Amino acid sequence: MAQLLRRAGFGATRDQIDNYLEQGYEETVEELLHPVHGDPEDQDFVDRYFVASVEARTANHADPQWAWRLATNPNPLEEKIALFWHGLMAVGGVKLDHGLEMLTEIDLFRRFGLGRFEDLLLEISRNPGMMYWLDNQNSHIGAPNENYGRELLELFSMGIDEQGEGAYSEEDVKTAARAFTGWASAVTPPPFFLGPFPMEFRFDPDDHDNSEKTFLGQTGNWNGDDIVRIICEQRATARFVALRLYDFFVSDTPNDEEIERLADVFEANDGEIRAVLRDIFNSDHFKSEDVRFKKIKSPSDLVFGTSRLVDRFELPELDSGTLANNTLFMGQHLLNPPSVEGWHEGEEWVDSGALIERINFASSEVSRVDGRGVQRMLARVRDAGDELDGTELVEACLDALGAIDVSTRTKLILIEHAEGYGVPWEAAAPDATDRTIEMFQLIVSMPDYQYC
Amino acid sequence: MAGNGPGGKNLVVVQLSGGNDYLNTVVPYQDGLYYDYRPNMGLKGESVIPLDDRVGFNSHMAPIKRMYDSGMVAVFMGIGYPEPNRSHFRSMDIWHTAEPFTSSAEGWLGKVTKALDPEGKNPVTAVNFGRGLPRALAYPGVSVASVGALESYGLYTGLAGAKNRDALLDTVSRVYQPMSEDGIPSLRILQTGRGALDGADLLRQAPSHHNSNVEYPEDNPIAQSLKGVAQVTSAHLGTRVFYTAHGSFDTHTNELVNHSLLWDQLSEAVECFWSDMEEQGTADDTVMWIFSEFGRRVADNGTGTDHGSGGSAFLIGPSVKGGLYGDYPNLDPGSQLDGDIRFNTDYRDVYATILESFMELESESILNSRFGRLDLAAV
Repeated sequence: MAQLLRRAGFGATRDQIDNYLEQGYEETVEELLHPVHGDPEDQDFVDRYFVASVEARTANHADPQWAWRLATNPNPLEEKIALFWHGLMAVGGVKLDHGLEMLTEIDLFRRFGLGRFEDLLLEISRNPGMMYWLDNQNSHIGAPNENYGRELLELFSMGIDEQGEGAYSEEDVKTAARAFTGWASAVTPPPFFLGPFPMEFRFDPDDHDNSEKTFLGQTGNWNGDDIVRIICEQRATARFVALRLYDFFVSDTPNDEEIERLADVFEANDGEIRAVLRDIFNSDHFKSEDVRFKKIKSPSDLVFGTSRLVDRFELPELDSGTLANNTLFMGQHLLNPPSVEGWHEGEEWVDSGALIERINFASSEVSRVDGRGVQRMLARVRDAGDELDGTELVEACLDALGAIDVSTRTKLILIEHAEGYGVPWEAAAPDATDRTIEMFQLIVSMPDYQYC
Repeated sequence: MAGNGPGGKNLVVVQLSGGNDYLNTVVPYQDGLYYDYRPNMGLKGESVIPLDDRVGFNSHMAPIKRMYDSGMVAVFMGIGYPEPNRSHFRSMDIWHTAEPFTSSAEGWLGKVTKALDPEGKNPVTAVNFGRGLPRALAYPGVSVASVGALESYGLYTGLAGAKNRDALLDTVSRVYQPMSEDGIPSLRILQTGRGALDGADLLRQAPSHHNSNVEYPEDNPIAQSLKGVAQVTSAHLGTRVFYTAHGSFDTHTNELVNHSLLWDQLSEAVECFWSDMEEQGTADDTVMWIFSEFGRRVADNGTGTDHGSGGSAFLIGPSVKGGLYGDYPNLDPGSQLDGDIRFNTDYRDVYATILESFMELESESILNSRFGRLDLAAV
């Protein structure tokens, strides 16, 4: 269960894990897969606290909005899937420096990210931010711009292999570009004086190439939605989506057998992402030791996971607005991925500067005794016994931090640290809280804490 | 720790974040068009220190003028790149990656660090003063120390009442030891941790190696960063690339006040730094590169200036042949580019020159292409 919540979400507190256990594993999977999408009750508080983030002008102004949802959304998978698509269909402030459109896109991923892949591709193809990002508004009848057609095939759907070859031809790229001519966007009046201009999708039939086209072997007078439909019929697309989901939710090391199986699930369910994830989360492979604690936490996993554990934000405040700065310091600038490729997952996240940021952030967060979550964790350790020897203290702290585990070697060193005091930990002793916090600090400093 | 390779100089980068207003840095004080376009922001009289009969420095750059007179400051007029981008993010990326046309995640100085230390043996080959890694220093497999303040750099420095810091560090240090067998945690993560801890130890001790009569002003952030550079230089840790930033130069409003203050701080800091380098005997081994992501509009907006293109940059050091380089951009409306000045020196030519003439590195693989070289080395 803890593994499910670390992957489908950002980890969970020990109390949350207990509640989910009572509910049952498969029921929890279903709950996660069916977020209730609506206006969160506290939206008004966020808007009032972070005024500049409302209808945000730049991507940087928009940060606090998403950071608050990442840190508090009761259904974490809704944010996790948005993060997944944000990395895959990366649009960033580096070109689209328009906070309002960036947040619109994140919301698009929340709404469509678990549904049929074809619907998502169609929505993103109509998304003004994406149109601008990949230059489709500069694509005209007689002078198609190939950028969107190419990235749609290469980065969003069919993919390329290590030799740079895709299961499509250069001719298919050009044809896709022709089919998307006339797909553009227009600005609408800004809601505020000096506010940003919201953009909306416009199809211009006069600027659309209506001639017959052959795309991936099928011939007809194709429009952009036909291109999307044909793409979604391809085995390469099923395999690509399966691979990317596997990378993000299961393991940094691809497993060909699993990926083929997930591609079958994708095809059998009309390309529904929810069905693929359901299969992943309920599979024996996902629950096995083979993949547990084998995936490097992204900066978002680390920052929002730790802040959820500490649970110190009841309402938006200055600190909650700076959470996204911490992912930036660790190498993940939300709403501004480094390129159209998104981020490279895995060990590349952790360089020496980033590791220092990770350890300093996490150890400082778990020291916040004012955090409701830290209070509950301290209580958990106290409940483990009036007197704990080194091993018992380490076990109690690992459990309190969300039923996490560390390697045998790491655990031995932690136990030696606890035993270094010369006397057992006592709940009634004046240094009990300090010793527990110190153990929390150490555990989140461990190399093991960099995995989920 | 090894010193510099033969002849290869240390590079100190100062990034002027936000877009430094070029026209009010190197001022065309004899050009009537400048005053026509800058009715509110035009610098005249004592606000300009003439360099020749056409251009002068902003009067808040007096210390840099003194260094210019000693022949160690090269000024690039109208430096930039084709098809200018006026987004801070994008334009900064272009300077950081040396790629004006494609988006790249690989920084030119990250590649430099890789070339200097291919196996990543020295955790402090490149040191960044500031939090988070600038794109310029990003490159797969390259570790860069990002330092706030040297004295307090490392783990657990922000913990309130960290009386247990030594005990924590001791245990953490025992865990981050590369093991003979790979597993989870992986060898790479353990090595990275080891590098981070060793680098932190080295850098924290650096101030104790630094004896100087130069007094860097306390309330000047860029002076403090450059003091850090001097301290690390004095410790001879093998650091070759230093990165610092100063700002914000995004002077849309209240420019006359803010721009002056920023240049007061920068000029004073730069002068302190070079006096210190002279005192340490390391001036000849060091070269300083000052740049900004873009310049600003030719016309002012009343109280400030908006994002523009082209700009000025500086290369400083006793090994540099000082003077004015490039042509001052023509402010004639017919010569402007959508209300901006046109560039005439490609920034990558200067990068290539820094790499080849000063750092003794082959530039083509780092810049992905062969660029021209300027005659910038003092004889």
